[in-house]
Amino acid sequence: MSELPAKPVKKPKRVLPERFVSYKGVWVFIEHEHGHVHPVSWELLGKGRELADKLGVELAGVLIGAPGPKIAALAGETFAYGADLCYLMQDAVLHDYRNQAYTAAITTLVNTYQPEILLLGATTQGRDLAGSVATTLLTGLTADCTGLEIDLADRSMLSSRPTFGGSLMCTIVNLATRPQMATVRPRVMPLPVKDPKRPGRIVEHAFDLAEESIVTKVIDFIPDSRADKPQLAFADYIVAGGRGMGKPENFDLLFSLAKTLGAEVGASRPAVHAGWADAERQVGQSGKTVRPKFYLAAGVSGAIQHRVGMEGADVIAAINVDANAPIFDFSNYALIGNALELLPALQTAFAARLAQTRARVTRSAPKEE
Amino acid sequence: MHIAVCIKQVPDSAQIRVHPVTNTIMRQGVPAIVNPFDLFALEEALRIKDRTGARVTVLSMGPPQAEDALKKCISLGADDAILVTDKAFSGADTLATSYVLAAALRTLHEKQPLDLVFTGKQTIDGDTAQVGPGIAIRLGYQLLTYVSRIAKIDVQDSRIVVERRAEGGVQVLESRLPAVITMLEGTNTIRFADMPGMFTAARQQTQHWNREAIGITDLTQVGLKGSPTVVAQVFAPKPKAVRALRIEGETPAAMAEAFVDKLFTDYPQLEEALLEHLDQLAAQEQQS
Amino acid sequence: MEKFDVIVVGAGPSGNAAAYTLAKAGVNVLQLERGESPGTKNVQGAILYAHALEEIIPDFRDSAPLERHVAEQRMWMMDEASVCTGMTHRDARFSTPPYNRYTIIRARFDRWFSAKVKEAGALVICETTVSELLRDAQGRVVGVRTEREHGDILADCVILADGANALLGSRAGLRREIKAEDMALVAKEVLFLPKETIDARFNISGDEGVVIELAGNVTHGMVGTGFLYTNKDSISIGIGCMLGDMKRQTITPYQLLEGLKRHTAVRPLIEGAEMKEYSAHLIPEGGLKALPQLYGDGWLVVGDSAGFVNGIHREGSNLAMTSGRLAAESLVALKAAGKPFDARHLAEYKRRLDDSVIIADLKKYADVPDFLHNKPHILDVYPRLLGNAAHEMFMVDGQSKRAKQQKIYAELKSRRSLLGLLGDAYHFWRAFR
Ligand SMILES: Cc1cc2nc3c(=O)[nH]c(=O)nc-3n(C[C@H](O)[C@H](O)[C@H](O)COP(=O)(O)OP(=O)(O)OC[C@H]3O[C@@H](n4cnc5c(N)ncnc54)[C@H](O)[C@@H]3O)c2cc1C
Ligand SMILES: Cc1cc2nc3c(=O)[nH]c(=O)nc-3n(C[C@H](O)[C@H](O)[C@H](O)COP(=O)(O)OP(=O)(O)OC[C@H]3O[C@@H](n4cnc5c(N)ncnc54)[C@H](O)[C@@H]3O)c2cc1C
Ligand SMILES: Nc1ncnc2c1ncn2[C@@H]1O[C@H](COP(=O)(O)O)[C@@H](O)[C@H]1O
Repeated sequence: MSELPAKPVKKPKRVLPERFVSYKGVWVFIEHEHGHVHPVSWELLGKGRELADKLGVELAGVLIGAPGPKIAALAGETFAYGADLCYLMQDAVLHDYRNQAYTAAITTLVNTYQPEILLLGATTQGRDLAGSVATTLLTGLTADCTGLEIDLADRSMLSSRPTFGGSLMCTIVNLATRPQMATVRPRVMPLPVKDPKRPGRIVEHAFDLAEESIVTKVIDFIPDSRADKPQLAFADYIVAGGRGMGKPENFDLLFSLAKTLGAEVGASRPAVHAGWADAERQVGQSGKTVRPKFYLAAGVSGAIQHRVGMEGADVIAAINVDANAPIFDFSNYALIGNALELLPALQTAFAARLAQTRARVTRSAPKEE
Repeated sequence: MHIAVCIKQVPDSAQIRVHPVTNTIMRQGVPAIVNPFDLFALEEALRIKDRTGARVTVLSMGPPQAEDALKKCISLGADDAILVTDKAFSGADTLATSYVLAAALRTLHEKQPLDLVFTGKQTIDGDTAQVGPGIAIRLGYQLLTYVSRIAKIDVQDSRIVVERRAEGGVQVLESRLPAVITMLEGTNTIRFADMPGMFTAARQQTQHWNREAIGITDLTQVGLKGSPTVVAQVFAPKPKAVRALRIEGETPAAMAEAFVDKLFTDYPQLEEALLEHLDQLAAQEQQS
Repeated sequence: MEKFDVIVVGAGPSGNAAAYTLAKAGVNVLQLERGESPGTKNVQGAILYAHALEEIIPDFRDSAPLERHVAEQRMWMMDEASVCTGMTHRDARFSTPPYNRYTIIRARFDRWFSAKVKEAGALVICETTVSELLRDAQGRVVGVRTEREHGDILADCVILADGANALLGSRAGLRREIKAEDMALVAKEVLFLPKETIDARFNISGDEGVVIELAGNVTHGMVGTGFLYTNKDSISIGIGCMLGDMKRQTITPYQLLEGLKRHTAVRPLIEGAEMKEYSAHLIPEGGLKALPQLYGDGWLVVGDSAGFVNGIHREGSNLAMTSGRLAAESLVALKAAGKPFDARHLAEYKRRLDDSVIIADLKKYADVPDFLHNKPHILDVYPRLLGNAAHEMFMVDGQSKRAKQQKIYAELKSRRSLLGLLGDAYHFWRAFR
């Protein structure tokens, strides 16, 4: 899905200032929270490998966190996913993600080891951090990229990204400063194959900010599993309804199907405005952006403001009475018919199919303990 | 208490088209709106104003037409509107934008000290979510991004407690004022202006600040010159590879079955993942 | 509560003309518009006739967003989906500045006009819908109620410039509801094409534009016509029929327009274009006989809301602007003379209208709507007759149509061959005389 323009990119004339010429290497920030690495970091190592090979330089993972066995293990994993080395900064102060501390950590590393490219995931953490780091370093940052390439002519990185709410793509270059920074959307780059035997070296660097000088304190963390709120942005399965659902009671059909699929319920703006669903559930330009594995839209016309919030879904199916509804222009499957009849039918069909598969799987391969 | 809200006027992205031949953007007739994300920031500021009587100043960098966007904010209840506008500022990327906005905020701060600066989560044209962090760094303010709720503000003590959307959960952060907050979308519902508000907005003069007014002398930091990133090309995204496959079926039940079958045949890994996901949910259920 | 000399409801051509003229004369005027900005909700072909605007803003050509000046007029008669015959009218007189007609995009044009209104000193408030008129115990209109909280506003006079639906007047009982028979429903699209492609396909260059009038079977036998106008880098295409007919036929305007776009003569012109906007809008085409009461105690009605449309010539915005100006000038004159805005004095507006091209033209075509209701097939059979009058009739310059018609008549008489047709279409012509 990485998209690049057909025509060669026309770059403005700019010369890289002398002080940046020595900047070498591709870096990927390894994002982890509560011992859990965000998969986008591994995806980025895959892409970073490609870029580094093209440039003939090393690929490095950047790991920041509290000292302990966990972080050491993560360093090993970065090698398995393709890194040649791993910059490691560990300090108790770095236990939770905090902008001030992490910005200080990364800028120190960059100023010391001088990479030419620094990539981060376009997550809430990655974007928070990237913006501060880029401003501190006074370098250029391209957000939310979907494609990265190297132009060997001047060793510059071509970053492609959607713009204007997804209706356009653009290619951005930074010819004036280093490192060239980009955040990349999750699930855009393929996950690289893991090779647990791949070697790598760790470069440790001390963090020198004391807790007292860090202003913001984390006083609690409420994991989503504990909260009672719909977690649309992170849901892998979403069934959404629009104005075509007709009335509030009909939204029950969606909740019911959602239960069968372990899915979240999403809604278009009119459905939210009508009070059929919580504002938390609105998908689109002024609602949430979602990237589930499966998105089912029922009675949604597919207006661009809705589309930009959900077209990143892996598989999209739509139910609509109108065969010409715009939603079919970007869905994989078209179910032309009445949602009020089709939703219960789907629930039955899904339940039957999943039970059947489960039965077959358990019969042929008894579960290992 | 003094709160600044940074807002941007953006073209309604739903109405942007690409020239089918030259691949350039056609903005003709595209209406300009207040960046929808910024309205959540404004509403949050106005709620603080309602509670504490804080002064709310809206600030935008942009061309003279952006005045309309500022007026909209006045109609909703903002007290002052400042348009930061200068030919030298055009073509700015986020780094150059945050430079100018920070300079303007400093000027504003001198007139009445600032306690809070709000921005939207991101713009719908730039989509970067970088300007908020940029402003915080340049001003040396605390940065609180993706804030979903302001739990407590204590101006006397300069303390603030917020809930921040993090990956996989919500961080509860305690921080110090002045701070920059980028407000998460969907966290409040923007009010509807009343008629007196509309009159105030229609009559109020927006202040215009140029580079002298905000003390900018180094022109290498602003506009195109101050922007390390440049857009080298704009092009239309490839349409999704396949048009929707039409599922046939005499009855809803037949259509549903045909669909589920086709879906899991085309995407076997989806069925696997779904089963695994359901197992996990079941396991969690048992635990609690 | 806020109070103004005059409140103008609506920021279309009629409301803008009125508010501009009032503000220029120093009257304290408030204009209310429900759209997000002026023009967002407005639909027009759109051809702008320069004359009416010139009388309000003489130098409008210097700053108004004009697309192309109309250099060529084509009249096509279309049969089913295959045959198309037509005539083309190109006249050097149309191609020398100052031009007489321009294609415009209403969204941009209205925004420009509204900026002029503000410059002139009127207070303009958008995104605000007037829900009803405020009346005092005597039934005099004393202001408006808007949908916003604390939304009542007072004024000595309210100008209703709220367009074809004329809801405010009907709701207040100032007029009877509009009949479907008197309304045309038009569907319209703006299709994007590069300027070079448009120039090549229509054989034009520079700022030249083309107007194509489409008549015949494309309307499925209903009373109505289609149009196709070239803008700078887009094409406006539309088709409309009398609402009464449409109701009977249960055909949607969208279907009609799709049919028109598929026609062999039209398709190559719009091939590859991207649809940018789709809209449907009403045009009051009842003519003179359907005109409502035009003024009363504390109120005046202008433009489409008053039914000032010449359906045969697709003229509306010019009559809207002229009526807006006349309404404003009447108020300015009364105010200067220290007279109240009651019905007795507002009759001044009606007097000015009667002396103007608006009523003269509406009188001339007074029988057309009745005629078309009775003999709709005439439009199928002889649409070309309309075209033959093109030379004179398309020239809109503020002269009454009667004078022009006499010229055409003289011409027709000298061309005997046409008389055969005319015999058949005798009734048709009577109605138009
Ligand atoms: C600045 C701005 C921001 C916006 N932000 C958002 C946003 O974040 N999210 C959003 O969703 N919208 C947003 N919108 C609104 C957006 O433009 C559309 O109006 C909206 O997405 C349409 O919602 P819908 O598809 O539910 O309704 P509709 O467009 O009315 O479509 C309803 C559909 O249901 C179908 N239908 C009817 N009955 C049935 C039935 N029984 N079975 C099956 N199908 C049926 C119809 O054929 C139709 O296609 C925004 C608009 C603006 C201007
Ligand atoms: C498809 C089409 C093609 C046309 N082509 C041509 C042409 O080529 N040339 C030509 O001269 N004429 C043409 N006309 C006619 C022309 O568009 C109208 O005559 C003209 O727009 C009338 O102007 P108006 O100001 O009276 O009304 P409108 O332009 O309709 O303006 C009314 C305004 O009032 C506002 N409004 C309505 N109700 C309220 C309320 N309650 N509160 C606040 N605001 C309100 C509306 O939003 C609108 O902005 C065409 C019309 C159509 C539909
Ligand atoms: N030109 C500008 N003027 C004022 N505020 C801006 C401007 N550009 C961006 N912002 C603010 O910064 C936020 C993030 O913008 P962006 O980084 O462009 O996605 C927006 O939601 C606005 O609040």
